[in-house]
Amino acid sequence: MNKIALIIKREYSTRVKKKSFIIMTIIGPLLFAAMMIAPVILMQLEDDEFKKIAIIDESGMFQESLKNTKYIEFDDVSAEYYDPATVSYNITLAKQKLKDSEYYALLYIPHTAVQGAKGSVVIYSYQQPNVGLKMHIANGIEKRIEDIKLSVKAGELGITEEEVNEILNVVNTNIEIVTSTLDEDGGEKESSTEVAMIIGYICGFLIYMFVFMYGSQVMRGVIEEKTSRIIEVIVSSVKPFQLMMGKIIGVALVGLTQFVLWVVLTIAIVAGAQSVLLKDYDTSKMNPQTVNLGSNLDENMPTPDEDAMKFEEIFKAVFAVNYFQIIALFLFYFIGGYLLYAAMFAMVGSAVDNETDTQQFMLPITIPLILGIIVMVSAINNPSGSLSYWFSIIPFTSPIVMMVRVPFGVPIIDLVISMTLLVLTFIFMTWFAAKIYRVGILMYGKKVNYKELWKWFRYKN
Amino acid sequence: MNVLVTENIEKRFSNHLALDDVSIEVPQGSIYGLLGPNGAGKTTLIRIINQITAPDKGNVFINGEKLSSKHISKIGYLPEERGLYKKMKVGEQALYLCQLKGMSKTDALKSLKKWFEKFEIQSWWDKKVEELSKGMQQKIQFIITILHKPDILIFDEPFSGFDPINTNILKDEILELRKNGATIIFSTHNMASVEEICDHIALINKSKLILNGDINYIRNTYASDIFEINFDGYFNKLESTLTSDYSILEVSEHSNGGKMKVEVLNKEMKSNELLNRMTQFGTISLFKKHLPGMNDIFIKVVGETNSITE
Repeated sequence: MNKIALIIKREYSTRVKKKSFIIMTIIGPLLFAAMMIAPVILMQLEDDEFKKIAIIDESGMFQESLKNTKYIEFDDVSAEYYDPATVSYNITLAKQKLKDSEYYALLYIPHTAVQGAKGSVVIYSYQQPNVGLKMHIANGIEKRIEDIKLSVKAGELGITEEEVNEILNVVNTNIEIVTSTLDEDGGEKESSTEVAMIIGYICGFLIYMFVFMYGSQVMRGVIEEKTSRIIEVIVSSVKPFQLMMGKIIGVALVGLTQFVLWVVLTIAIVAGAQSVLLKDYDTSKMNPQTVNLGSNLDENMPTPDEDAMKFEEIFKAVFAVNYFQIIALFLFYFIGGYLLYAAMFAMVGSAVDNETDTQQFMLPITIPLILGIIVMVSAINNPSGSLSYWFSIIPFTSPIVMMVRVPFGVPIIDLVISMTLLVLTFIFMTWFAAKIYRVGILMYGKKVNYKELWKWFRYKN
Repeated sequence: MNVLVTENIEKRFSNHLALDDVSIEVPQGSIYGLLGPNGAGKTTLIRIINQITAPDKGNVFINGEKLSSKHISKIGYLPEERGLYKKMKVGEQALYLCQLKGMSKTDALKSLKKWFEKFEIQSWWDKKVEELSKGMQQKIQFIITILHKPDILIFDEPFSGFDPINTNILKDEILELRKNGATIIFSTHNMASVEEICDHIALINKSKLILNGDINYIRNTYASDIFEINFDGYFNKLESTLTSDYSILEVSEHSNGGKMKVEVLNKEMKSNELLNRMTQFGTISLFKKHLPGMNDIFIKVVGETNSITE
């Protein structure tokens, strides 16, 4: 037992001291934090430069529908460039003048725009106008065209525009589905499917990633011992099984360490960034003078109040999730899945002489893992379907697929079956792998195939 | 007293027999040469003694006790194919491997320091193994092998990869270890070193033990009737007296005489007769029976058994 501890210690300390481990530990949380903070920063980066935009509106129907905002001001310059001689607007001249004018851009809306002709409306500018500006203009024009079409149609049908609007209001539905999970006591917990989906997805993917990353580290470790021939010295001191288990456990601890560090560092970075960024973010949300003002007639855009409500809803949903259960199960499937695959990786490592030879044996390992990821994606959409059910029971895919189901709530019986099977399989797999491992590590220069492995398995001692 | 005994060891790998009824007895304090052509089964036998693999049949006894895991710390093993963790530091690694053999950390550290001083390699302690040359790595491994002061040391081709100076250092260390009471089993293809340091040998060929025992006894057994003679006198007269009964094989002449090897052709003629005849023409400063080298014995015995089985 003492010797296993020695092996675990070596496996752990040499790996944790590696540069690649330290770099990964730092870069990981930076990436995760960036993924979480980036949207907030992007919102902050909202164009706050004041822009004046000149409009040439041939039909004269649109300048009213283009509303000024805090940062955008529209100015109708149609009259300046009207040429009565040709009964048209001198766009060329307007473009020439744009350079030295106070205007950021020139918006040209030809007659044809009224019919909704595609590509007829043009913004001329010396800088690429941002998406927000384009959207704002497009929304304004679209709305106007719709109104025009509406009134034309209303005229045809002989009803008033108000009546049409009324009909539209009646027809317009916006359904938001709130899911509510019932717990054992029959109580009701509100939860949002989206939150469950995200948590499930993250958990499943993390398990997949860690199994692959650390499983192949076990394999590489075994190959290293074999090719460097240190194995013979070591197995004259300890049993091959002790060495294999020591390596598997040592690497598992490295994985857990990395995982914990990732979580802690990510939270620290996000919290740090929030305290700096979110203050401004919040005030801008409260401030009715922002972008929303410009489009306050646009029903598609949520008002700040609605937004706040939605946030509250999400927070409620986030906290309604049973974190204790998720974390406990995550750790279980994380460790169980890793142990199962690490034994297989160790077996492959022992059978080959170098990493390039691993290809043929990697297939049975990678296929169930990749299958797990594929099923996971569909399981997210239908967590209680029979596909999700079976793949969350089969031990080779259950660590990934079950973790997707867990946030949605899984019957206890499913969990028990799945967990029991996983434990039994990894015990069996470790036993099986150990039998092959102890022969494989001392076998050199042999082209190994599955038949050969089976022979090794049947060797006595 | 035999420190290590193997009894009728048999080991089979799926379709071939690696060891067939091999019994050897290694006396306490001996240097025991384990010889045999490549693939004869030496490494398998060594692995069995090291409990890396188990025999299908037969037993191994250490000091009369059946081999078990408690004997691991009593055996030191330097495999033929050696290696260390390349990325690990020398000192750290040596400590780790010695602890695996059952030494406490403080003991291991203390004696490692001593050995590093002895070999004047203290500066290697914090180097990574990959920074050392192959010979240097072997030295480290040698130290690791003997550090836990095992009763039985098994060296598989210990001299391969060493330059002559280091080979001698190693040889001296091995003899020193024996003086301190260790028993050494050592497997090699270098017959000169076998003659030099071994006192017992076992020869394995095609998974069978074909020869074993005291090395001088074996060499005497295989000795033919050849004598090494240093002669000083009338050399030209010698040839005529010896003809028909003896033949002179090799001569290196000095001004008046020389070294020579003489084979007895007429088996009835005893060595005394040869001596008698020669003293008539000069003085003899050396007269000894020529013992065959282990190299010759090896080739002869292995060749014979191979021709029988084929």
